[in-house]
Parts: sequence; C-alpha cells; structure tokens
Amino acid sequence: MDAEVTLTVDGTEHRVRVDTRTSLLDALRERIGNTSPKKGCDHGQCGACTVLLDGDRALTCLALAVAHDGAEITTADGLAADGELHPVQQAFLDRDAFQCGYCTPGQVCSAVGVLEEVRRGWPSHASPDLTADPELSHDEVAERMSGNLCRCAAYVNIVPAVQQAGGAQA
Amino acid sequence: MTELLDPRAIGQALVRRDGEAKVRGTATYAAETPVAHPAYAHPVQATVARGRITAVDTSAAEALDGVLAVLTHENAERLASTEDREYAVLQSAEVAFRGQLVGVVLAETSEVARQAADAVVVTYAEQEHDSELTVDHPDLYAPEQVNAGHETDTAEGDVAAAMATAHATVERTYSTAMVHNNPLEPHATTALWDPAADVPLTVWDSTQGVHPDRAAVCEVFGLEQDQVRVVCPYVGGGFGSKGTPHANVMLAVLAARALPGRPVKLALTRQQMFFLAGYRTPTIQRMQLAADRTGRLQAIAIDVVEQTSRIKEFAEQTGAPTRMMYAAPNRRTTHRVAPLDVPVPSWFRAPGECPGMFGPEVALDELAEELGIDPVELRIRNEPDVDPETGKPWSSRNLVACLREGAQRFGWADRPPPGHRDGDWLVGTGVASSVYPTMRQATSDAAVRFEQGRYVVEIGAADLGTGAWTVLPQIAADALDVPVDDVEVRIGDTRYPVASVAGGSSGTNTWGSAITVAAREFRGKFGRSPAEGDEVTGSVDQATKDEDHAAYAFGAQFAEVRVHADTGELRVPRLHGVFAAGRIVNPRTARSQLIGGMTMGLSMALHENSVWDPRIGQVANHDLAEYHVTVNADVGDVQAHWLDEHDPFVNAMGSKGIGEIGITGTAAAVVNAVHRATGIRVRDLPVTLDKVLAGLP
Amino acid sequence: MKDFAFARPGSVAEAVRDVAAEPGAVFLAGGTNLVDHLRLGVARPELVVDVRRLTSREVLDTEDGGLRVGAAVTNSELAADRRVRERYPVLAQALLAGATGQLRNLATTGGNPLQRTRCVYFQDVTTPCNKREPGSGCSAVNGYTRYHAILGVPSAMPDPSAPETCIATHPSDMAIALAALDAVVHVVGPAGERTVPFGELHRLPGDDPSRDTVLEHGELITAIDLPPLPAGARSAYRKVRDRASYAFALVSVAAVVAGKDVRIALGGVAHKPWRATRAEELLRGGELTEHAVRHAVEVELTAAQPQPGIDGGNGFKIPLVTRTAVATLRDLEA
Repeated sequence: MDAEVTLTVDGTEHRVRVDTRTSLLDALRERIGNTSPKKGCDHGQCGACTVLLDGDRALTCLALAVAHDGAEITTADGLAADGELHPVQQAFLDRDAFQCGYCTPGQVCSAVGVLEEVRRGWPSHASPDLTADPELSHDEVAERMSGNLCRCAAYVNIVPAVQQAGGAQA
Repeated sequence: MTELLDPRAIGQALVRRDGEAKVRGTATYAAETPVAHPAYAHPVQATVARGRITAVDTSAAEALDGVLAVLTHENAERLASTEDREYAVLQSAEVAFRGQLVGVVLAETSEVARQAADAVVVTYAEQEHDSELTVDHPDLYAPEQVNAGHETDTAEGDVAAAMATAHATVERTYSTAMVHNNPLEPHATTALWDPAADVPLTVWDSTQGVHPDRAAVCEVFGLEQDQVRVVCPYVGGGFGSKGTPHANVMLAVLAARALPGRPVKLALTRQQMFFLAGYRTPTIQRMQLAADRTGRLQAIAIDVVEQTSRIKEFAEQTGAPTRMMYAAPNRRTTHRVAPLDVPVPSWFRAPGECPGMFGPEVALDELAEELGIDPVELRIRNEPDVDPETGKPWSSRNLVACLREGAQRFGWADRPPPGHRDGDWLVGTGVASSVYPTMRQATSDAAVRFEQGRYVVEIGAADLGTGAWTVLPQIAADALDVPVDDVEVRIGDTRYPVASVAGGSSGTNTWGSAITVAAREFRGKFGRSPAEGDEVTGSVDQATKDEDHAAYAFGAQFAEVRVHADTGELRVPRLHGVFAAGRIVNPRTARSQLIGGMTMGLSMALHENSVWDPRIGQVANHDLAEYHVTVNADVGDVQAHWLDEHDPFVNAMGSKGIGEIGITGTAAAVVNAVHRATGIRVRDLPVTLDKVLAGLP
Repeated sequence: MKDFAFARPGSVAEAVRDVAAEPGAVFLAGGTNLVDHLRLGVARPELVVDVRRLTSREVLDTEDGGLRVGAAVTNSELAADRRVRERYPVLAQALLAGATGQLRNLATTGGNPLQRTRCVYFQDVTTPCNKREPGSGCSAVNGYTRYHAILGVPSAMPDPSAPETCIATHPSDMAIALAALDAVVHVVGPAGERTVPFGELHRLPGDDPSRDTVLEHGELITAIDLPPLPAGARSAYRKVRDRASYAFALVSVAAVVAGKDVRIALGGVAHKPWRATRAEELLRGGELTEHAVRHAVEVELTAAQPQPGIDGGNGFKIPLVTRTAVATLRDLEA
C-alpha cells in the first residue's frame, strides 16, 4: 500500500511516495537517492545503515518510513554538508579507520552519536561505575561502537579515531 | 634478480585517495549505481536439499501490481554454456542443494519484488540428500589437483617408520569450522541489457576483478568480450567471495536480458549469502609429528578431509603449507574430498594457508609441551635451509627473525606460567607462525598516458579496501620518477587494460609489475618531456620473472588470552604480529590489511561457525545475529609490525603481498594460549566457552 | 513480505480499538523486532498500528517510592536515567547488555519484553515451527539448540512432531531484570485496563507455543512499574554470551539481594524469564556463601532437561548457569 511521507534529509525536505513496507533505509537509498547509509544485513545486525534520526543514532533498516513521517535525518554525507569533513570523518581518515568503506558511513554516524551520548553522561555496558560520568576510554568506545560491524576489522583504528574526534570536540 | 624501484613515493604512509568519498558515503557500490528507472530483482530459492522441481506456479506472483516478470527454469533463456553448473541458473528442474536459485522476480520496487518472490509456489519431488561431512565419508576421493594448481598428495621418506621410532610424537586430529566470508557489502549487481547499444551489456558488479568477471559472463551467455562492460570502482569487501563470480551475477544478467533497455538491480540478502556466495569448507586435519629429543622433526604429515559440492569441485589446498614450513626428512600430505549436496565452496581469505596453519601450528605446540622446549625455540630449530617442497633456495625467508622480534616485543620470555590467574581471569600466551606464498598472475596490462600535464595510468584492477587506489599511484610515481600527485590511476572498469583478480595477495605484485613495465617503457620511448596523449601499454609478462627461488612471506603471531574463571568467557587483550613481507609500499594501508587479517583470524578462533544442519541441508545460523563475527569490543591491542626485508627476486617493487598472511596462524596462537591458561587443548574451532568449562577452577 | 495497511491513531484507546477490530492487526512501537519479522515473513499482519507516540515517554516517581516507566521510554533513556542507575542497577545493566546503542535508541519499554525468540528455525519460514505455524512441528529439537531452553521443557528430546513442542528461549535481557524486580505491567485492552505482575506476563509453551505472553489480542502495554526496593538493597545483572558485545545471552542472571530476601531470575534457559523460586526459598534468610548459592541453583536445575543437538547441544548451560549465579551473588556480596 502506498503512502506519502515527508523526510528532511541532510537539510533538504523531501516529499516521497513509499510503500507502507518501505524501510527508512530503502526510502533513502531507493526513493530519495541518498546511498550514504548502507545495507549490510537489513535486519539490525550490522549497523551499516546507521544515521542520526532526530538527533540520535538509529538503524534505518528497522524503521518503517511511514512511522517516521516528518523525521529529520542526517547521513554521513550530510555531516560534511558544507564541504568540510566532520571531525569524526577527519579522524577516520587520519587513523585509516576503514578499508572497504562499506560500513564507514554507519560507523561515522554511530561515532557522532556516541560522542553525544557520552557528553550526556549516558553509561554503557563497559562503564566501571554506572552512576559516574563516562570517559572516552578504549573499553567505553569499543563497547559503544560494537553495533557497527567492520568485516575488514579496522576496529583498532576506529577506537582512537573516535577518541581523537571526541578530544577535538571537547 | 629484478631491478628494484628507487623508493620515494613507495614507503610513504599516504592517506587513501578514496578516503573522503568513503567517510562521506558517496563512493558508489554496485547496487547503488545511479541508473534511471531501475527494476528490482529478488531471487527464489529451493527449499529442499536435493530433488526435482515438479511444478511451478507463478500466477500469484504475476498477479501482483508492479511485477514485471517471473523467470524460472520453465521460461528463462537457455544459456550458451552450462558447463559450470554453479552458473547454470534456471536451466533445469534439478535441485542440487537447498537455497539454490530456482527463480527470479522482477518488479517496479524492491518491496514488490520480494513479496512476489515469496508468492512463487514451487513443488518438488524431494530426494534423499547427504550433506554431512565425516572423516570416513564413503564417497571421499582424491581430486586431480587442489586449489591454485597444487598437487593433491605429496610424500617423501617413511612417516610411519619415523613415528614408530621417534623420541616424541604427536598424532592428533584438528578441525576448522565452515565459515562464510560475509563482506559487509552483500553481493550485488546492476545490469543493463541494451541490444541496440555498441556495448549491449553493462554490468556494475561487486567483484574482485572486472575482467575475470566479464570472461565468466561472456562464457555463460555466449557473448564476445567487446559486447560486455563490467564496472566496479569500489568493493565493499570480498575476502575471496567476490574473486570468482557466483550464481547471483548470472541471475542478474539473465534478468536484465529479460527486460531489455531497463537496468536491473539484484542484491543478495544477508541470509541468501549463506547459500550462494561461497564459503570455506570445514576441514578435518589428521596431523602426525615425530621429533628427536632436541626437537628436530623427523616426520611431518597432514591428511586433510574436506567437502565440495556435487555440482562443482573446489578442493581447498589445506595441506599446502605443511609442505614447506619446516624441515623434516619424512613428509606426507594428502587431500580427500567428499562431494555433498551442499552449496559450492570457494575462496575465503588465504584458502589453504588459513586452515592449513591451524592443525600444524597447534600440533607443534603440543610437541613443544611434550618435549619441554619453548614453542618459539622449537620452530627455530626446524628452520629449513631450502624449500623442502621444491629444493629451491628461498628468495628471502625471515621467519626466525619474525619469531625473535615478536617474542621480544611481546615479552614472551616473561610469559606467565601455565594456569596463571589475574583476578577473575586465567591468563595464557601462545605463538604460531604465519605464511603466505608470493604470487604474481600471468595476465595484466597497464596503460600510461600523458594527459594535461599529468600521468594517467589505467588498469582494470580492483580495490576492495586493500588500498589499490592509493598504492598503485605510488608505484607508478616511482616507476615514472615523478611526484605521486602527478599521477592519476584509474581502475575497476573493463574499458581499461586487462587485469588479474585481486586474489592470492597478488594484486600489487601483478598490477604493480605491469605498471612498472609500462612506465619504464614510457620513459624509454618519450623521455622526460612527453607530449600530450603519448601513451604506452605494458604487460606483466614483460617483467622479469624469477623461477629459481621459492618466494613466501612469513610472520609470527603472539596472543594473550584471558579466560574468565567463572564463566569461561574468552578475551584476547593482546595480539601482536611481526611479518617479513618484502618492501611495504604504503605503511598505513599495509598495517590496516595486516591487523584486519589478524582480527579476522581472531574471529575465526573465537567466533565464526556456520553451524550446518544436516537434517535439512543448510546453515542453521544464517544471519549476522547468529553467525558471529568479531565486534569492536572483542578486539584489544592488535599490533602489526614488519621487518625491513630486501627481496630482489619477487618483483620490481620488492613487495610480497600482505592481504592474506595476517589471517594465517592466528587461530593456532589463540588456541595455544587458551591451553596455557586453562590446560584445555581445544582442537576443534571455534574456541567457545563451553569447550573450556571443564578446565576452570 | 506481505503488504499491509498502516494506521497512526491519535490515542491509546483508538489504537486498541483498531487492533481489536482486526484479527490481523499488530502494534508497532520501536519496530526493532516487528520490522525484522515483517521482512522475514515471520509476521504477516494485515494492519500495522503505530503506537510509538501514544504512550508516555516519561519515567515518573511513584508514591510508594518506586518508578513508573512509560511504554514509549526508549531502552537508552531508561538505562541512562539517574534513578534507575542508582536504585535499580540490575535493570540498567540488563538494558546496557542488550543489543547496541543504535538499537536501544529505537527499542521501547513496552516493546522490549515482547520481543520474540531468536530460535533460528522460528526465524526461517522454510522450516517447521510450532510457534510460527502452529501444528507444523518443532525443527529445533535435536537441531541447533545452543540458544535453547533447559527449563520448562518436558524431556531431553521432546517429540518434534507434537504440536505443543517448543524449546525456544525468551531473548530479552531487560525482561530478566524486570522479573527479578517484581515489576508490574500496566495494560490497556478492549476490556479496559488491568495490571499483570511481570512474572506472569510470559508463558511456558504449554499447549500453545504460538503465544509468548498472557496478553490478549488488542492489549497494549502502556507502562511498567518498578516497585521500590528496601534500603540497602543491591542488585546486578550478569550476561554470558558468545562475543563481548552485540550477542544474545547464552545464559544470564539477574539478582536482587534485599536484607534476608534474595531474588534470582535466569535468562537464556526457558521460554520465559525464569524466576529461580526454589533456589530463592533455599537461600532466604541464610548466609549467601558460595556453597549455599551453588547448592541452591543446583537444586533449581534438577528439573533441567539439557537438549542434545548439532554442534554439541546445550548441556553446558547447567554448569554455566550455576557458575554465573555463584559469581553474580559473590560480586553482590563483596
């Protein structure tokens, strides 16, 4: 069944016709033509489709477009909208925190979300003290970035990239 | 001897040229090719492991709004060649394995295509199937040869006699699990068949080699090379699974030819990849080692049992590294393969060396323990002077130096005693050797052209994250003796000169050699002041080829494993590797490749396991939630170092290839460390916590 | 993936009415489980009713000193709530051990406990499954049982062809903590409002494995109450899994120690969060020594029926549950 939704993607408003079954991911990739978020599993098992959805990192493969009518979405491409790379993107380049690049836009969006969540004081499974404010330690970053699989296994470069970006933003 | 390039750009840690596009997500992968008004294809898969299709009812599918075509064996075009039965899609009613392609739906949207594929009703006459590998399977046979043209069996001396009389022996069986490559980008194709065009078929495919991909498509569809263009600027990982095309590529082309003039997109789902995109066979490795009291090997033998599909033989060369790693007068290697009703196995990062450095490297640890000799020292004592397999001298072999430097960096001498406990954790360390042959493919051409003050190099190479976009300009710059910024390299398109597959860690060696030939010829022909449009093409077969030496990269990996004393949970806080792989062209991308390989080895050691359900003939855990690959939190301090190795025999770059060596030996180092921590010797991968519970306090 | 209609009503009452009126209707909240199942063909609704913006997204203090968590509160928000982190660490830890940051940002309080089993055969529509297709049989028996039940199953190899057979486990971490906390579920349905003690929300397969919970069609969770814990109460959640993060539990233990009272809930062992009531009784009022805890959990597990299967079966869960419970209570006592 068809439906119309309005999505603001990387600052541009789109009125798009979707199927009720269309995921946000497919709305972006197949309807709007923004292929920055990637499809790696389509079931919430890899993180490649991560974007910032109304400000928080979220998986677009498990979100129905019709359920997010009016949403504001920032993709990795949108993070560099003014032509200048976001500090997280620059850190990924500096640290060679990727190889094939397919998981990378999701990693980048996830990292931006992680830095915001740490700033808010949200704990993680790796937090030594649940009631304390978290720090950008290796274990904290590694745990928080574990929702983004990297089959090339750039993990040991991703963690310092996120730490670098976090430091640069502070 | 080859005249080595004077390294100026080579050796520089340049940032990836494709980096900015990748961190923004603007690099376009095959399914993302911007084409007008695409149709979406969704495959239909067999739900029996063996049988014959007796009826197909496509009426419900065809009745759906937006369905453009439903193809099955009843109406699909007849292919020009069905010799390769993996590629013979929709050609017969026979089902050779569960999940095999039996149809495809084309529709206006991906949602409708999927719905319609679900609505195709296929009825089968199911036959009894046999999909379970066993060590004594009645159908085991010796293939004519094993992968990469290796001999099936080798023998020298008398292993049995040596085993009977040796001071110490190890005789054990090890196994590695079935594992799936699972690149993050699913196998995907955008295909356009436009009979009126000069080049009627364009295939944007996720492939490790546009030219081999094109050759396979031409063969199957009876097309000439000039009728087909394959394009692939970026590959979202391959790890061998995109090294040869799989059936999905043929299905995409078949679908496109049913819809002339309309581009067709076909991306496999993650679940479908567990049936259609290749995998590493499970291996069973019976090892025999015999040694004198000083640890010198008197015999080394490996007898390998593995599986292949009944419709296509792929025999992994698991025994290959045992033929050349260590000295011993008595040697034997064998491969036996069971043909089963299973999907077609194929390349997975370091076929042969990856599983083949598991059993032997654990067996050596068991021997070291029995003899009371340090496992690093035991390996050093068995260093061969020449290649035991061919008798040739080594082009360079620095395994011993890797072991020594690795031991020093890791702090091996101060390793904790067996069963050491640190708080809640049992701690152990382990070592294993790594190896990978240095290969160069026979075919690859490169064109060098002077264009608007810059040097443009064109070659149909592939960058699957390996760094080719960045590394090939470095080689070209040094070969042309110009700054690297003056060089533009174009890859990933059959419009460029023919290139070999990115496989066997041979890409840089092969393409770099072709580029060097072309660049040197360009300079010879046009001097240092070329005119606009001056161009030459060089071929790898014009490069000096050394036949007199055995060429391999070597390495040593050291792992620290922690096992939770209560739950058996396993962690690898430290994994250090030292490699000798010739000259490193780009330390930044090289390091990423090596740590990537090592981490994938860690994943193989602890996590990866395609659990085969022989009752129904499929992988039970066929998605990324239940098939575990290592996540960020599993990875601690992974370090890759390398020795400054000079090798004048391999190629003009002096480089050996680094894409695969990192995954070899890792799992053995981990298993050896687990044994040190717990006293439990896990001989069957992966090492999961249930296997070590018995060793916990 | 079947076609469906989509509705976003303006109120809970309207949503309940919409779903109650259509046997093929389902509620949609965060979508992390439902959308997965839509795409797999496991869920085949006629109508999807979006309730994500209808229920409360607030965590409120209750008069008795506990908390009322609105059904739309995300797993991230709940785990980050200061009161939860300080007063109900078992819940914060369980939430943070589940899924990933980008999933927890979508997943909700009302939806998480209703997520369905990860049984690989349930998720694969080409294989028989009594839960997905009642009466078709159980593919898991003697299959891949690593993540399957050992408690609440009748025998060590139930009849795979029997319509009641199901050896699936409940996958939610959050639910295990809520079971240990004696949480209370607020439900609105066609017949009005009611509350369900969390321990009674989930079912054993019984004679109908297709039903995971006692909720009737059209009943919607609107809030979950966390009763206050006595002063000095301690709690913890321990999850054991096959990789360090982003994996479902092999087993898990939620423990609450409040004075002489001990509550233990086990995850990864049964079709529902398993309150270890026999173990609790044995431990109540006594010293929580390692020996006592081990003995109590072993008694609890005397009814366990480890399942054989490919890849070794799941017999390892018996020592693993015991060891994990001992370690969890040891850490709480330390």
